[in-house]
Amino acid sequence: MGKLGEAGLAATAGPARTLGMEGECRASQARSWGLPAGGAGGDSPGGDAPLPGSISSSSLLQAEVLDLDEDEDDLEVFSKDASLMDMNSFSPLMPTSPLSMINQVKFEDEPDLKDLFITVDEPESHVTTIETFITYRIITKTSRGEFDSSEFEVRRRYQDFLWLKEKLEEAHPTLIIPPLPEKFIVKGMVERFNDDFIETRRKALHKFLNRIADHPTLTFNEDFKIFLTAQASEFSSHKKQGPGLLSRMGQSVRAVALSMRGVKSRPEEFMEMNNFIEIFSQKINLIDKISQRIYKEEREYLDEMKEYGPIHILWSASEEDLADTLKSVASCIDKCCKATEKRMSGFSEALLPVVHEYALYSEMLMAVMKRRDQIQAELDSKVEALTSKKADTDLLTEEIGKLEDKVECANNALKADWERWKQNMQNDIKSAFTNMAEENILYYEQCLATWESFLTSQTDLHLEEASEDKL
Amino acid sequence: MEQAAPDPERLWQPAPLEPLSHPDAGLESMVGEETKGARDEGPGDGTMTENNFSLKKIEISVSEAEKRTGRNAMNMQETYTAYLIETRSVEHNDGQSVLTDSLWRRYSEFELLRNYLLVYYPHIVVPPLPEKRAEFVWHKLSADNMDPDFVERRRIGLENFLLRVASHPILCRDKIFYLFLTQEGNWKETVNETGFQLKADSRLKALNATFRVKNPDKRFIELKHYSDELQSVISHLLRVRARVADRLYGVYKVHGNYGRVFSEWSAIEKEMGDGLQSAGHHMDVYASSIDDILEDEEHYADQLKEYLFYAEALRAVCRKHELMQYDLEMAAQDLASKKQQCEELATGTVRTFSLKGMTTKLFGQETPEQREARIKMLEEQIKEGEQQLKSKNLEGREFVRNAWADIERFKEQKNHDLKEALISYAVMQISMCKKGIQVWTNAKECFSKM
Repeated sequence: MGKLGEAGLAATAGPARTLGMEGECRASQARSWGLPAGGAGGDSPGGDAPLPGSISSSSLLQAEVLDLDEDEDDLEVFSKDASLMDMNSFSPLMPTSPLSMINQVKFEDEPDLKDLFITVDEPESHVTTIETFITYRIITKTSRGEFDSSEFEVRRRYQDFLWLKEKLEEAHPTLIIPPLPEKFIVKGMVERFNDDFIETRRKALHKFLNRIADHPTLTFNEDFKIFLTAQASEFSSHKKQGPGLLSRMGQSVRAVALSMRGVKSRPEEFMEMNNFIEIFSQKINLIDKISQRIYKEEREYLDEMKEYGPIHILWSASEEDLADTLKSVASCIDKCCKATEKRMSGFSEALLPVVHEYALYSEMLMAVMKRRDQIQAELDSKVEALTSKKADTDLLTEEIGKLEDKVECANNALKADWERWKQNMQNDIKSAFTNMAEENILYYEQCLATWESFLTSQTDLHLEEASEDKL
Repeated sequence: MEQAAPDPERLWQPAPLEPLSHPDAGLESMVGEETKGARDEGPGDGTMTENNFSLKKIEISVSEAEKRTGRNAMNMQETYTAYLIETRSVEHNDGQSVLTDSLWRRYSEFELLRNYLLVYYPHIVVPPLPEKRAEFVWHKLSADNMDPDFVERRRIGLENFLLRVASHPILCRDKIFYLFLTQEGNWKETVNETGFQLKADSRLKALNATFRVKNPDKRFIELKHYSDELQSVISHLLRVRARVADRLYGVYKVHGNYGRVFSEWSAIEKEMGDGLQSAGHHMDVYASSIDDILEDEEHYADQLKEYLFYAEALRAVCRKHELMQYDLEMAAQDLASKKQQCEELATGTVRTFSLKGMTTKLFGQETPEQREARIKMLEEQIKEGEQQLKSKNLEGREFVRNAWADIERFKEQKNHDLKEALISYAVMQISMCKKGIQVWTNAKECFSKM
């Protein structure tokens, strides 16, 4: 059973995946540390003063800016011009292409109190002289006062979603931010921009925005509002504000050191949480792999079955007495194929995206844990500095006071969000697997009915023939 | 009886009702007595022949298989499997069976028996043996002849072969077959003493006939096409079925991984734990259910395989007909040319080229005495030829009639068996679906309790 070994491997799959995402998280953390020290890591919008100097100072930096901002998010042709962030080349309200998708609105916590409805659809390819990328149409409907209007329509590309996620992580380092679909998939991508990939991504992006909308805190985030409502030029100028890259990069080394310290002084409840996260991450990633594998095996089974039925028809052409029976068998097999297709589509709509989202969530959780540890570590290092009297005591004491508040806020935010997340996870997993079981039951019931009716028809015929013989 | 464009040289007469002569006609009566029971009832597999007058019924079973080592013809050690054949006679009245014979045979002896039957009953569609080597395997089945699953399926196939022979109205009376069931030692020598290998038609001769025959019976041409089509379509079916089985195996087994991971995950969950754990158990059940399902399907595949091999048996009968027909055509052609020669000699006209004629022209005429002698010789040959042609003709028609009777019998058997097989396939699918419904219903319950 060597070929099933992949799915069976426990350790190797998870960490390898996580590593990829961790790299990104670390980078985004580096950026988030561009926050002015005074901001209590809570709900203030990321209204940071831009540091243009740091960006345009050296050409070397420019290349790095490009590397971080424009590496292959949308699988586009590599562009060398930063000004491509400008979206003026098209109007967001221009007539959209025939690629219209079904809108799926999913509710999370309290459907009755929902006042923000978001849909992501109509992926559209944009070709400029320099690059090709995809934008998605985002429609927002709301009754909230703080929005200027009740309906908005904008177009955003993957990069923009990334930006939003990073801003949210900056603003709320210990809240569990929903995951984004991957930048790209390494295995099995034959062409860029193939339809399945785009559709999967679209659904995931839709889920992402709705999760934010349903989150009691994140839903009021200013960047989120701007993301949903701002037109192209307003949006791109808003995005350019924010901590400079240099400061962000400088933070990353410090951040690693800090997080390691934070682990040691982690309170008990967070130890438990971390333990859960580690094991959960391992298991959910395995389940993700297993589910993808099942889908693949089913697809291959279906392909073979599609060849299997017609052979019976071919055979019936050289038979007389057997012809009808053979044709019936072929038709049964054909019906079972259709039932299999149905089962597969149910599987890929209900189970696969959910399991995959939670596999990505597990990485978010680890990142949140790290950020919490870092905040704690900052406090701890200041406290240590105080006790060893290395710097000005008064200033330190004041800083420590602020940091203690910060730590307490961070921990409480995480605790609350953790409970909420766990509850959602349970519901989502339960409903996804229950759904899968239902699809399977339906599938077997359909096949059963098909074969049973074949059997009845054969025995009826037999009785008919027998009675004819007696006549 | 239809033939193609009638040839004036041939003599067509209605065939007298004589049994087809075959080399061991003398044994028939002996066989009749000793295997009276076997002739009259179809043992074991339930097929009944028309005469139910005997008191005895015979059951044949290949009940065991055993690995053995021995020395082969080249005195080298070899491992082989031997099969135990048990014959029981059943008293009609009380239904009790008594073991009358039991002996061990290996596959090569079965082959010998079949080859003998092929030679002595060329007009019969001789039942095929199960495959010598495992074919149409999918990844789980091993292609190893010593593999216990393969041996088991072969045991069933061999039993099926014996039952088919025993229930055939003509084959069951064969003495050699009877001895195969009853005489362990010396049987091989007995078979070889019949000299059947020498009587077998050479392949080359048969091939030649196939290409050159001019007017074979149309029905045999059609039958040959049919058997080609049957063979091709069943092979294709078996190949794809094996691939389908492979894929299905994959789908089921991967679900087994859910079982393990759910179980591990349940350890960290409080509310979801129980549901996850028990759902995982059902996933294991689901994954392991495929083994039995696919084993049953192998038996279905074996049923199809039998008819795949039967196609070759059909072709063998067709080949025999072609050979006999070709023989007949050659004999007729030869006769015709001799007659013509005779005529030419008698009338002095030369219509056809002959070496004798040319040399005569070149080197002078032959004497009237010489010519007379030649005419006389030719006339004798013609007479002989006409006799031969007549008997070949008779044989040929007899063959066609008997063969066709057996082919009709075979067709009925085939239609019946294949229909049964297809129905059994449906039954298997139904059983698989029911198991699936049960497992997933249980799993759903567990999931909904999470």
